[in-house]
Amino acid sequence: MVKTDVKIGGLNLKNPVLTASGTFGYGIEFADFVDLNKLGGFIVKGTTLNHREGNPYPRSAETPMGMLNAVGLQNKGVDYFASNIYPQLKDFDTNVIVNVSGACIEDYVACAEKVAALDKIPAIELNISCPNVKQGGMAFGVQAASAAEVVSAVRKAYPKTLIVKLSPNVTDITEIARAVEGAGADSVSLINTLLGMAIDSEKRRPLLSTITGGMSGPAVKPIALRMVWQVAKAVKIPVVGIGGITTGSDAVEFLLAGASAIEVGTANFMNPAVTGEIVDYIEDYLVRHKMNSIDELIGALEV
Amino acid sequence: MKKVLVDLTIREVEQLNATCVLLLMTAESPLPAVLPGQFAELRIDGTPTVMLRRPISIHSFSPEKNEIGFLVQLVGDGTRWLGNLKAGDKVNTLLPLGNGFTLPTDKNANLLLVGGGVGSAPLYYLAEELKRGGYNFTLLIGARSAKDLYRRDAYEALGRVEYTTEDGTLGQKGYVTNHTVLGEKFTQIYTCGPKPMMLSVAKYARENNVPCEVSLENKMACGLGACLCCVEDTKEGHKCVCTDGPVFSIDELKW
Repeated sequence: MVKTDVKIGGLNLKNPVLTASGTFGYGIEFADFVDLNKLGGFIVKGTTLNHREGNPYPRSAETPMGMLNAVGLQNKGVDYFASNIYPQLKDFDTNVIVNVSGACIEDYVACAEKVAALDKIPAIELNISCPNVKQGGMAFGVQAASAAEVVSAVRKAYPKTLIVKLSPNVTDITEIARAVEGAGADSVSLINTLLGMAIDSEKRRPLLSTITGGMSGPAVKPIALRMVWQVAKAVKIPVVGIGGITTGSDAVEFLLAGASAIEVGTANFMNPAVTGEIVDYIEDYLVRHKMNSIDELIGALEV
Repeated sequence: MKKVLVDLTIREVEQLNATCVLLLMTAESPLPAVLPGQFAELRIDGTPTVMLRRPISIHSFSPEKNEIGFLVQLVGDGTRWLGNLKAGDKVNTLLPLGNGFTLPTDKNANLLLVGGGVGSAPLYYLAEELKRGGYNFTLLIGARSAKDLYRRDAYEALGRVEYTTEDGTLGQKGYVTNHTVLGEKFTQIYTCGPKPMMLSVAKYARENNVPCEVSLENKMACGLGACLCCVEDTKEGHKCVCTDGPVFSIDELKW
């Protein structure tokens, strides 16, 4: 039996496979295809203090080996989550992590406090990088000072594991990573979506109601991998790798680049069973490469 | 209903007209139960511009033959890939998805099914089920021209079918909402087709106080209610067409 468990702050994951917020609903939507207890954990849909209707349709556009989305954090608010969704999730034998978003520091803090009160939620992922809402976090995540400010405020209010999700839409992502590490983050996850755009040339109109949106999918993987590699060298806290992970070997690449865990996102739309398959692949990879523990794989890139 | 991910094998591909094919598929194990109005997400392989599955409504379903039919309009790279498949080819498919039409509880109901062009595809399976249930129904199908109507014999074998064509090449000339059959008294309407047609049908249903269900279509990614891309702006806010629909009562919509 190979050792596949990893530690992210105070969080123990039985394996490094997580799901990216907004691509896996509340987990239960995928229960027909994946044994949720087999995953290291799953990160549920971006949650805000108050109900949000999100952006108008159309909210998505397919692009070569990728897609744009502009959902805009549609959710019913943290109180609805606590009373209606949480009871359905609390008995899973895995880590359920809530992605917390907000429009101002007070909202982030209030939302994080409410999630902290839920016993079976051991961590939050703080979304300071959503590109799809006017005051939707990305404003915080693109400046080191504001990123540190929001993380430090949430840190004071949130005692459990705090993962901060970073935006790739910045000049130097390592600078932001170091800033949030300094502000008390237990981990950083990256990358959120890349700001992109698509046009219908016949209609001479944008394909998204919001004109621009967040790009994800296999096409972004090389960028994500490069950023994970850079950040893993720049910080001491564990890094969670995200961006275009579609196969088990993609996941292993992120681990080699220095990620301690990974999130599977858009690939869930292509193959709803993919997360379970990636868990199996990683275990098999360790056996094939005669490694006893996943620790031998993390950051093991030979350059 | 439990959803499955299954490799379907093509039994038969029938080219219905220049832009439309019927794919009849089977599986090694028994297919799950499927309701009229539900859909499937078909994986498109080997086409670099297509990453996401394509949502396709279920046109026919036979548990006896373990066979499911999809009527595919060839509009882009994904659907053209489907149109080029041959008997024996496999398609990875996620099904059954969505809610389906509400079947009437009253056996004496007088039902009207209104379809437009290729949009009438899911009404075929609905009509099959209604026939099996012994219901009284009329199919009203509209198209631009007679050549745009497909599988007429199959539809007509299920019951009463009326047609309208915009050029008058078959049935009454004009739009479905101008057909004289609408002078009859119906107790429930089901419709699927182009949005302007469904809006007119919904208006007729409201004016005549007839309950009406419409099957919507839009751009989807997951098909499971997770990504929140395929929303319709309803009276209760944004709802997912893939899981809250694709069938909605017009009372839920802002139409």
